[in-house]
Amino acid sequence: MKKDLLKLAGLLALVAALMTAAVEVEATRERAYRAAAEDDSTLYVRSSGAARRLALAYPALAADIYWIRAIQYYGGTKQHLQADLALAPPPKLSRDASVDYPLLYPLLDLTTSLDPRFHVAYRFGAVFLAEPFPNGPGRPDLAVELLEKGLRERPDKWEYMEDIGFVHYWYTHDYAKAAFWFAKAADLPGAPWWIRSLAATTLAQGGDRQSSRQMWAAIRESAEIDWLKQDAERRLVQLNALDQIDQLNARVDAFVQGTGQRPGNWASLVRAGFIQGIPLDPTGTPYELSSEGRVLLSQRSRLWPLPEEPAATSRRQ
Amino acid sequence: MTAIGLIAINVFRESVRDKVLYNLVFFALLLIGASYLIGQLTAGQDVKIIKDLGLSATSVFGLFIAVFIGIGLVSKEVERKSVYSLLAKPIHRYQMIAGKYAGLTLTLLVNIAIMTLALYAVLAYMAWGVSDEVQRTWDAPALDPTMLKAFALILVELMIVTAIALFFSTFSTPILSAAFTFGLFIAGHLSEDLRNFQQVVDSPAAARLARALYWVLPNLAQFDVKAQVVHAQPVPVGYMMLTSGYAALYIAVLLISAIAIFSRRDFK
Repeated sequence: MKKDLLKLAGLLALVAALMTAAVEVEATRERAYRAAAEDDSTLYVRSSGAARRLALAYPALAADIYWIRAIQYYGGTKQHLQADLALAPPPKLSRDASVDYPLLYPLLDLTTSLDPRFHVAYRFGAVFLAEPFPNGPGRPDLAVELLEKGLRERPDKWEYMEDIGFVHYWYTHDYAKAAFWFAKAADLPGAPWWIRSLAATTLAQGGDRQSSRQMWAAIRESAEIDWLKQDAERRLVQLNALDQIDQLNARVDAFVQGTGQRPGNWASLVRAGFIQGIPLDPTGTPYELSSEGRVLLSQRSRLWPLPEEPAATSRRQ
Repeated sequence: MTAIGLIAINVFRESVRDKVLYNLVFFALLLIGASYLIGQLTAGQDVKIIKDLGLSATSVFGLFIAVFIGIGLVSKEVERKSVYSLLAKPIHRYQMIAGKYAGLTLTLLVNIAIMTLALYAVLAYMAWGVSDEVQRTWDAPALDPTMLKAFALILVELMIVTAIALFFSTFSTPILSAAFTFGLFIAGHLSEDLRNFQQVVDSPAAARLARALYWVLPNLAQFDVKAQVVHAQPVPVGYMMLTSGYAALYIAVLLISAIAIFSRRDFK
């Protein structure tokens, strides 16, 4: 008996030693011949019909896998782009943002084709697609397409109509279309009461910061999914940042009027008593002052990029 | 009847002896591991994904049991020559086939029953402490009893697969039987394409052949209601009855064919 135990212990020790040696050899090989980074941005199956056939009896599970992949892809690409920006900030929105997330829509399309009732994939996916660079590919058209696909499957989902309205409101600034979709959503059973008044407000004062604030506050209160609540909270903080930038721009203008020259940096404004210190955005990142004397949100801020406001857009044009 | 019962219990005992039920341990580990990992990987879809995973794993594990044990039910007895001593006893050949089939079905039933309990246990754990507000956003409650319908149809589908494997086992080698059974399983899930074949070919003869194959091959896609139950879509009792009725008839055809072939085999 004791002999058997000793034999077993010896065997286990031998196995452990061999395994350790194998791991050590593997690690040595990795150090000596580093493998090239694998490009995982490949989507082998792009046809939803082919994916459904390949999934056999397991399309829902395949949809889950594509959904997890879409989230990882979106999060990974976003992180990678933000890290690139932190190292060398490019001129604002100077690149074609859509080339940076080439697989996002195909992944979401496959997910929702494999499981056409994957509610969250439509709602989150639309936000991912509509977000401008670097937080997304800046494709509100694809966001609307995805949500319309969801509506074809579930015409009773007022949430998808509400989301299409938001995409038009927030990203394309087409307030007539936004109001149309809000009103359509309001007609469906189960839609919250405030959507009808939102439709009216959007039509009357679309793009107005105060109405945007009301809209996001209502979403924050009513969203049943945590991620949507957090997203609404972020939009509200972005609106606060826009308010702060307006106030700071007014002080810069006052400085220009008072001294007859543009401030070269924040220190000039502090010395002149227009501000008390370097101003910080709501996330604690310092605002930037451009050479033209305009206050900008730093690209390092978690709030960047701020939403384009219709008035600002027309001013720039 | 007694002979069939005895053979069935023997098949079940043999599968337990062969450690077939060890797959339950893998199933439990898979679910527990996934319930932890899924939360880190997805955006609040844990319960849906665990349901999808649990139902799919039940189906996959059951498929492997049905195929790999089913193909050996008869051929193993012939290979080992134990069929001689078995047939020397006062039992008919049809009783042997029916008993073998019933035994493997019993194994699958026990397996699926335990997997069902395990999935409900994991879901109960995941739903525990989650606020009512969040639970209202789920398509279906975590412990939705409708999931039992999906489990029932998985069992029915596996009963057809078992009958197919047993049928091939009566006249073919285990490797070929496995290949044929998996082939029919795949074809059975793509049968909708055969039905609509005339849309992709111009030849009326080919379309007719495809249509004939559609009716002859087992239509297994109809047993897949996993997505429906996870999204709380109704699975009517009438649907369950019709699909089960189809399965009963198809299994009867396969078993009668298997008995006919096995009865004519000469073991001298």
